Amino acid sequence: MRHPTSFVLLFFGLLALWPFMAGSYGADLVAKIMIFALLALSLELLVGSTGLVCFGQAAFFGIGAYAAILMSPTDGSAPALWLSLPCAIALAALYALAVGALSLRTQGVYFIMVTLAFSQMAYYVVHDTPLGGGTDGIYMYVKPTWGWVDLDNPAHMYGLIWLSLLVGFLFLSQLLRSPFGRALSGIRVNEQRMKATGFSVYPYKLAAFTLSGAMAGWAGYLFAVKDGFVNPELLSWHLSGSLLVMIILGGLGHMRGAVLGAFAFALLQELFQAEAVFGSFAKHWHLSLGLTIMACVAFMPHGLVALPAQLRERLSGRNNREAPVEALEEQA
Amino acid sequence: MDFATFLIQCLNALQYGLLLFLVASGLTLIFGIMGVINLAHGSFYMIGAYMAYALAPTVSAIFGGAFFSTLAVGLMLSVILGYLLEWAFFSYLYEREHLQQVLMTYGLILVFEELRSMLVGDDVHGVPVPEWLNGALALNEVMTYPVYRLFMSGVCLLLAGAMWFVFTRTRLGMMIRAGTSNREMVQSLGIDINLLYRIVFAIGVALAVFAGMIAAPVSSVYPGMGNSVLIICFVVVVIGGIGSIKGALLAALLIGLVDTFGKVLLPQAAGVLVYVLMALILLWRPNGLFKD
Amino acid sequence: MTGDVLLQGINLTRRWGGLVAVNNVSISLERGQVHGVIGTNGAGKSTLINLLSGEFQPSSGQVELLGQDVSHWAQPRRARAGLGRSYQRNTIFPSFTVLENCRLSAQAQHQQAWAFWRNAHTDVITRSIAHDVALRVGLGDALERQVGFLSHGQKRQLEIAMCLATAPQVLLLDEPLAGMGAEETERMLNLLQVLKKDHAILLVEHDMDAVFRIADLITVMVNGLVIATGTPDEVRNNPDVRTAYLGDH
Repeated sequence: MRHPTSFVLLFFGLLALWPFMAGSYGADLVAKIMIFALLALSLELLVGSTGLVCFGQAAFFGIGAYAAILMSPTDGSAPALWLSLPCAIALAALYALAVGALSLRTQGVYFIMVTLAFSQMAYYVVHDTPLGGGTDGIYMYVKPTWGWVDLDNPAHMYGLIWLSLLVGFLFLSQLLRSPFGRALSGIRVNEQRMKATGFSVYPYKLAAFTLSGAMAGWAGYLFAVKDGFVNPELLSWHLSGSLLVMIILGGLGHMRGAVLGAFAFALLQELFQAEAVFGSFAKHWHLSLGLTIMACVAFMPHGLVALPAQLRERLSGRNNREAPVEALEEQA
Repeated sequence: MDFATFLIQCLNALQYGLLLFLVASGLTLIFGIMGVINLAHGSFYMIGAYMAYALAPTVSAIFGGAFFSTLAVGLMLSVILGYLLEWAFFSYLYEREHLQQVLMTYGLILVFEELRSMLVGDDVHGVPVPEWLNGALALNEVMTYPVYRLFMSGVCLLLAGAMWFVFTRTRLGMMIRAGTSNREMVQSLGIDINLLYRIVFAIGVALAVFAGMIAAPVSSVYPGMGNSVLIICFVVVVIGGIGSIKGALLAALLIGLVDTFGKVLLPQAAGVLVYVLMALILLWRPNGLFKD
Repeated sequence: MTGDVLLQGINLTRRWGGLVAVNNVSISLERGQVHGVIGTNGAGKSTLINLLSGEFQPSSGQVELLGQDVSHWAQPRRARAGLGRSYQRNTIFPSFTVLENCRLSAQAQHQQAWAFWRNAHTDVITRSIAHDVALRVGLGDALERQVGFLSHGQKRQLEIAMCLATAPQVLLLDEPLAGMGAEETERMLNLLQVLKKDHAILLVEHDMDAVFRIADLITVMVNGLVIATGTPDEVRNNPDVRTAYLGDH
């Protein structure tokens, strides 16, 4: 796609029309995928743009989700959307700031392991302490409202999710074009040069990490409100792993890769669990998924967004092994 | 708490820590020498435990005896498994970026879990402690301590000692240590680096499998056991320092202490304490206690 | 003003366990001067540059930049204060264009990290600096090219351009001529001749002819120690240097 604007118009236009084309089940499914797309975008900022492989994104997602429910008024009235959403985001961002401040002191593989460990820590807090309601989870009985917007209404919910994804996408696209975003790219490509040139890289990374956590918390809030239920599995490292799969599947280094990856992953999961296709083997869908992940990393390292270019090269007989030029306009 | 209880907790901490060390040492070895982060390492632990359960009937039918013959057979199988896995899969990961290693081995976890599910099912199983180890040692008039747990600690200590011996006193150990610091040089000395890597990997796998096998009677055999041990092993490696066996031992014992006494003194916070420990150590030493 | 001492290393020592990589080395860089550092492999030249640039902390000794003690300053801070550094191996942004390489480097002095709404690529200030430095090193025609397609010599030129983009007063150049052919070496030396007027330059090099041609002062290092400092003629005739280094040249 050479014109990100056309992608945005086409894609988000399609998503806006979807509820009218599909039934309520289809709309519900796509709403859920859009939330994960937002979550994948938050991870893309870290992994694809800054080069920080974080294996603990689920923690910020889960904190946003739990915050949504735990901050509901005890008297049973509807939470105020304009207050509870920012609070959930702020809480997730706060944890991201704390985790980032410690984790970013480490490099490489340590960083991956440490982010995973801190994510587990959050998991155990929610799992073992009365704060989190234990393995049973907590229900949300009254959905947030704001003026005429009532998130109990599926159409309003879908609209808010759609809007969140659009805003997130546009915001990150602009962020990556900004001086801050370019500095992140520089850190990813050659951190040593950035330091030698005069960039203090730690504050940049920490800012990106916190921003990423905030966005993940936003996605978590939407998830909690949509389903009306949270449980500790939202903070499971399997979710963190799945997110990494999504952004590699879609294509690292591209916003739309994260979004496409989320959709592709969700579709793959549906496919592998479909008894119509796999019969009784469908219950072992983890095997299909695991093999697909390995195949994807081995054979399609640049993801789906690079597929058209890859195919074009194959067909034209060229064997161009150069990594694609990072045209600035192509970030989206 | 009275002295006997305190002693029991100390022994528990030692046993847990030593077992962790066994698994984590394989992980840190594989990472330190080959530079591969292997998320599927916990799966080897799980495979060991399930082998202890699933192989016992077959082995006792063929070889007689139960526990120790199963252990021996399991170890042999694990070495073969490790060797083949390295050759077929892991050797391709050495040159890859960390993210790709993470994802590939994450896919491997899923594959292992599902294969186990298809072959042995998802039920929780117990593995009987061998008769002659089934006793209890008297600590005072009331309290006793299971002999089997002492056996576990003993075996782990023995293996730790064997590892120390191999690394510091044998040619193989020398080559391994050289390989950690300078791959190219080892190769230029004419040592077959591929074979070395394969051996190291097989050792790493065998350690994890063995740990799973001897842990099975105590922890029972259940589907998620690989994943929980994996993450704690990561904490061990982060605290101890990547590639450092010494660090892994110290860190594992530290975690054993914190976790065991945490469960007794602060049961609700128990799960979190290990990570708090990690956070504190990271504040002080971002590269672990013993940077290699 | 020519003759100002811009960077000083004072009694710098760096130990790695039992090995002393740099042993009580003092060096002074003045504006308008190229100070060459030569020595055999393992003499400690790269470690010295790393100590001056801030990548390592000295085990003992000080570093003074523009009169300030910067011994405990991290590298980025020293860079912002006017210290530029090029590397022996190309330390550039391979997947960016030449323009973006220079522009991002220039951005270090105009960071504006909080301005999310600004579009960095079209930023007037950093773009004009990028154009300027690219022209100065001779890459004016290659601005839109992806760096991966440049020749080795051009990449070394880019390395210098990126240094200049932050308008440093001191340049620490680690083997800028490495891997260059005769014509490219000539071009680079001419560039250094022009640059030395306004900068203090430290030049670590293996190419003896080049160093002796362009350096105003030369320091010779062997096994972490300085065995001679002086003009090219003085160094050429120094008996210690002849035995230790030039003797078998």
